[in-house]
Amino acid sequence: RGPFMFLRWKQQQRKEKLAAKKKRKKEREALGDKAPPKAIPKTIENQRVYDETTVDPNDDEVAFDEATDEFAPYFNRQTVPKILITTSDRPRGRTVRFCEQLSTVIPNSHVYYRRGLALKRIIPQCIARDFTDLIVINEDRKIPNGLVLSHLPDGPTAHFRMSSVRLRKEIKRKGKEPTEHAPEVILNNFTTRLGHSVGRMFASLFPHDPQFIGRQVATFHNQRDYIFFRFHRYIFKSEKKVGIQELGPRFTLKLRSLQKGTFDSKFGEYEWIHKRREMDTSRRKFHL
Amino acid sequence: VVWDMLGNRQFCSYKITTKTQNFCRNEYNLTGLCNRSSCPLANSQYATIREEKGRCYLYMKAIERAPFPRRLWERVLLSKNYEKALEEIDENLIYWPRFLRHKCKQRFTKITQYLIRIRKLTLRRQRKLVPLRRKIERREKRREEKALIAAQLDNAIEKELLERLKQDTYGDIYNFPIHAFDKALQQQEAESESESEAEKEEEDDEDMDKREFVEADDSDLSDFEDMDKLETSSEEEQEEEEEVEKKASQASHSKSKGKTPLKGPARRKRPYIEIEYEEETEPASKTKAA
Repeated sequence: RGPFMFLRWKQQQRKEKLAAKKKRKKEREALGDKAPPKAIPKTIENQRVYDETTVDPNDDEVAFDEATDEFAPYFNRQTVPKILITTSDRPRGRTVRFCEQLSTVIPNSHVYYRRGLALKRIIPQCIARDFTDLIVINEDRKIPNGLVLSHLPDGPTAHFRMSSVRLRKEIKRKGKEPTEHAPEVILNNFTTRLGHSVGRMFASLFPHDPQFIGRQVATFHNQRDYIFFRFHRYIFKSEKKVGIQELGPRFTLKLRSLQKGTFDSKFGEYEWIHKRREMDTSRRKFHL
Repeated sequence: VVWDMLGNRQFCSYKITTKTQNFCRNEYNLTGLCNRSSCPLANSQYATIREEKGRCYLYMKAIERAPFPRRLWERVLLSKNYEKALEEIDENLIYWPRFLRHKCKQRFTKITQYLIRIRKLTLRRQRKLVPLRRKIERREKRREEKALIAAQLDNAIEKELLERLKQDTYGDIYNFPIHAFDKALQQQEAESESESEAEKEEEDDEDMDKREFVEADDSDLSDFEDMDKLETSSEEEQEEEEEVEKKASQASHSKSKGKTPLKGPARRKRPYIEIEYEEETEPASKTKAA
């Protein structure tokens, strides 16, 4: 008795499985053309629980919402994005460098030091100086681990947890720095209503007209509720081939909460909070 | 007697000994040290200051109440005003030993000072420490890795860019004719080779300011050197490829490294951007070249 029984049983199972597989393959070849089509392997994306808030491209209601929400002035080209990047108190070297790199990636952005100022007080000042967006990078144990993105004239505030931050020198490539051209923006996989609004938030950070001369692209790719940010330079080698080279920092975000107004931890009206008990139970259910 | 028993010789559960000093853990202790004069157990006449919820109280122990432990400590609320409170202490502890009075006042002073500090700090922004949960952290990390693998970012980005190219979002910058057209041209090119070469030399200087990318025919080249030659007509394209091909063969590059400036005319002054492609040479190219 003991552990050997289990091992033996396991080995037997494996052998049986292999045999079954071989048999199936033989049958398939024997049938030739009449064989049934191959089954599609199940992936998490295939098995994803259908979210009722998925946005249909032709949805009128959504289109109307988007025409009248806080980003409408941006998408109508009435406002030019101007970003303020700051950190929490006493940023360490890594965070500071990350902020600098982020400001080179996003055109028309400025980095300011926090120096113990309360967010509630700097927000009116920002609005007075015509900033459209505020980014606060939260730091813990010398690495950045949180991001608060707030659209300023009374826009929504999104709070993310940031992970796996790679600075430019840690990425394996041999390119130069991003230039001043406005990059293109790619938003992938933002399907639900919530994902849509978050995607629009990201899009509103960048100038509306990308300069194709620069050949730079910033990508926000959502996969299973994790948003991966990458910054590349692309070049079309032919009609069907494109080469990309990664420059610029990379990081991943996970949405924690979305607030209706500007940043206010006590009295804000939360549109969406990540509730661990309810939302993390199913492995096939995603919200973005 | 008590002191002989507990304090110095035998065991006192409130006593903590360290290398240099003895401390007393008793909550009614006035100074916090374990001394004959500051032990609340050994002295039958004792007083302390303790604070509760921001208010200070004066606790007094009298010898008459020694047999009644419940009524042993008498409590007096001190006023919020600092000076008044000091007077109250003096009133209550009149005729008491000087040591107790002095230490009480000192303790009261210290307590009020730290209460003031607490009130000042709560007005500022405070950092809230939220404990992480290890299991959740690990779970999130693992899920993120798997999501990254499932995402296949490079492929997705390339696909998206090609889609955009197809849908003509880039307009006229890139000049890629469709493949069939391309093949037809190749046959033409073989005939008009010698004539176009001379033409091409003149064209080169004129079109410096327009920027267009010439299709590097993937049948011929997988790595190429100069993408800054500018052509408008497609006929010259073929010429361009030929010339580039010659250069490539002369230079004999084995690694795929291409240099492309950002803007055409200012290419000397601007820094070069080296682009490295991570792709293999297509099998088609090999067969055609051979």
